[in-house]
Amino acid sequence: MGLSRVFVRGIGAVSPAGWGVPALRAVLDAGAPLATQPLSRPGRQKPLEVRLVPPPPSRPSFLGHARLRRTSAITQFAVAAAIEAWGHNAAPAQKDGPALGIVVCVLTGNVTYSRRFYEEVLRDPPTASPLIFPETVFNAPASHLAACLGTAAFNYTLVGDEGAFLQGLALAAHWLADDSLDACLVVGAEETDWIAADALKLFQHASVPAAGAGALLLGKNSGPGAIAELAAVTGSFSFTQNQSRADAARKMRAQLPPCAADELLCASAHDSRPADRAEVAAWRDWQGARLAPKALLGEGLAAASAWQCVAACDNIGRNKFAAANVSVVGLNQQAIGARFTKPVCSASP
Amino acid sequence: MLFPLPNGSDAAKPARVAVTGAGIVTALGVGWQKNAEGFRAGRTAFRPVSLFDVSRQRCKIAAEVDLPDELPATRLSRKNLQRLDRASRMLLLAAAEAWSQARWNAADDMPVVLGTTGGEMNLGQQFLRQAIQSPDDRRRQPTRITHYQAQRQGLDLCGAFGFQGPVTIIANACASSANAIGHAWELVRRRRAETVITGGYESLSEMTLGGFDSLQALSPAPCRPFAVDRDGLTLGEGAAIFALESLDRALRRDAEILGEIIGYGAVTDTYHLTQPHPGGNAALGAMSAACARAGVSPAQIDYLNAHGTATPHNDAAEAAAINLWAGPRAPDLPVSSTKAGIGHLLGAAGAVEAAVCLMALRGQWLPPQTSSGPLDPACRFHLVREPADASLNIALSNSFGFGGANATLILRRWA
Repeated sequence: MGLSRVFVRGIGAVSPAGWGVPALRAVLDAGAPLATQPLSRPGRQKPLEVRLVPPPPSRPSFLGHARLRRTSAITQFAVAAAIEAWGHNAAPAQKDGPALGIVVCVLTGNVTYSRRFYEEVLRDPPTASPLIFPETVFNAPASHLAACLGTAAFNYTLVGDEGAFLQGLALAAHWLADDSLDACLVVGAEETDWIAADALKLFQHASVPAAGAGALLLGKNSGPGAIAELAAVTGSFSFTQNQSRADAARKMRAQLPPCAADELLCASAHDSRPADRAEVAAWRDWQGARLAPKALLGEGLAAASAWQCVAACDNIGRNKFAAANVSVVGLNQQAIGARFTKPVCSASP
Repeated sequence: MLFPLPNGSDAAKPARVAVTGAGIVTALGVGWQKNAEGFRAGRTAFRPVSLFDVSRQRCKIAAEVDLPDELPATRLSRKNLQRLDRASRMLLLAAAEAWSQARWNAADDMPVVLGTTGGEMNLGQQFLRQAIQSPDDRRRQPTRITHYQAQRQGLDLCGAFGFQGPVTIIANACASSANAIGHAWELVRRRRAETVITGGYESLSEMTLGGFDSLQALSPAPCRPFAVDRDGLTLGEGAAIFALESLDRALRRDAEILGEIIGYGAVTDTYHLTQPHPGGNAALGAMSAACARAGVSPAQIDYLNAHGTATPHNDAAEAAAINLWAGPRAPDLPVSSTKAGIGHLLGAAGAVEAAVCLMALRGQWLPPQTSSGPLDPACRFHLVREPADASLNIALSNSFGFGGANATLILRRWA
């Protein structure tokens, strides 16, 4: 164990279950898959089946921020989840207060505005909207979030498969260990668009595309309010010519502890589809409790791995489990895992 | 394990970070030699766009790369190579040059940290076009969508040279590859990795040209950074890749050391999504942070490679930041924007411009921007306009992006 300890001090989620962690918790506790909705696909009769994020119960107050007037759904999901994790009644970070970093992780990113803008370019370039183009850039959600929270500290957007969110956790933990930051929001977010859903179906026909966001607020303070401790992030084991999905999943599994009765496995695999086989095989020894948020919520890509981590921490925070392992065997890049435990106060907060 | 850190690593003395391999592809040519000659002479490489139709765009020029027919021999199969599109090819060319120069052997856990804004954007566009125009035609769509994604290009590098990663893609707009190099520098400096492959890549695409044109950010003529009558940027494409390792490791194996990276700073500008704070606050913060970490003062910087896009807003804010940061050093601080020769490479800009700094430090010359118009009087620094030899020990490179991503790298000559 190194000298640095990192704690989860807040969690947030937007998902097809609704806005907020309580909505996510209710669906995961109930254990029944959510209903799907049709999403039309131009030029094809049959709609795609997806799980959409329902409208928020009331207009989120952050939408009053000038920067968020024209933002895409992904930004709104990311900001909502991050602000829930941040707490503090959504007050911006104090200018002379703790340095707050941001890591936003995506796979498809701002796909709706990207598609719309490119369609406009194809149709008639001189009339393509200058309002949309800046929102197509991968780091737009992270930028808007920084503006909302008024923080000028490190702000990275990571692009990758579902495992990118766990890479983001490790990056934030390093920054905290280095004393470069006092706290860091790590967000995984995606939005629904027919083009991304169509693309996903090429590889995972049985998947139900979903959208939303999940966020963890990491800090070094183990005191009151700490929900869980980030005990480990495994290596990121890439799928390469010399390392199959199965090998990568096995190596990830080997870096996390054996099954214990009071521990939870929060997995990305949820059935016996070919894409899930490597992960299912890697965790065959696990006899304890399991949770697979994707099975109930859909394939939310970077948001889905964030939901896994949110669910893991929430279960620890509610004293349902002493520890939780998160396993992610991604769509096309990596196998990576994380472990959260009950926070035990350190000698020096 | 990525976390927790190994016992004692938190307290270990930071490593000095050496560059032992560098590869570059720009519109000036493929490889270090051609680019060094071009940047030293201040050549410009703009021409009418031939890669796609720009007849209805206001801007019709860019700095296109002439790609060779053959790619370097790697472990990628012929089938794999056939699937690589433009951005991947530039990335592979730059990486192969860096890899052969570094004389590394494949290691299982060699991290790859890359910056890009669009990955293989052209394939993404082809996917979308076909999905809209021929929705029932699925031919080649799986390949396009797989190879469009940026992580695929990182994995292709792993495959090409026989290692496993991990692969990290940083997409912080036009600061992406400066942030990627900064992150890689931290990995080596903090002794979390012995060796890292890092850099950035970007290809021209309809989407980005259409995007910047829609913002009226493109000049119809070659860009003129820091000119009083500047009217926008010109796009380019390319890649630059570095092999970074700890200096002690490089010395141990008697590697050729091309230079050192000694500082990195990153600050977020929350002023506006696409415009910098007029005072250049975040640019000033990034330069100051990088200097503090490098343990150098502005007086010790011998050359500054500016972000210098030639948009009215960027250059004004950057000039203000440089003036303030350099203080009394400003009037004789050599500054240039090499975008005047190769255009704005977006996600690859930070990496390519760091490579230019490395070339200048190695060759002891200043990269001029020969196409500038009359200098904006807001620039109190010395804009390098003519080729010149110079005694350079430390160079600083700025990269700023949409979303307020501001990053600065500082490099030192190895002698």
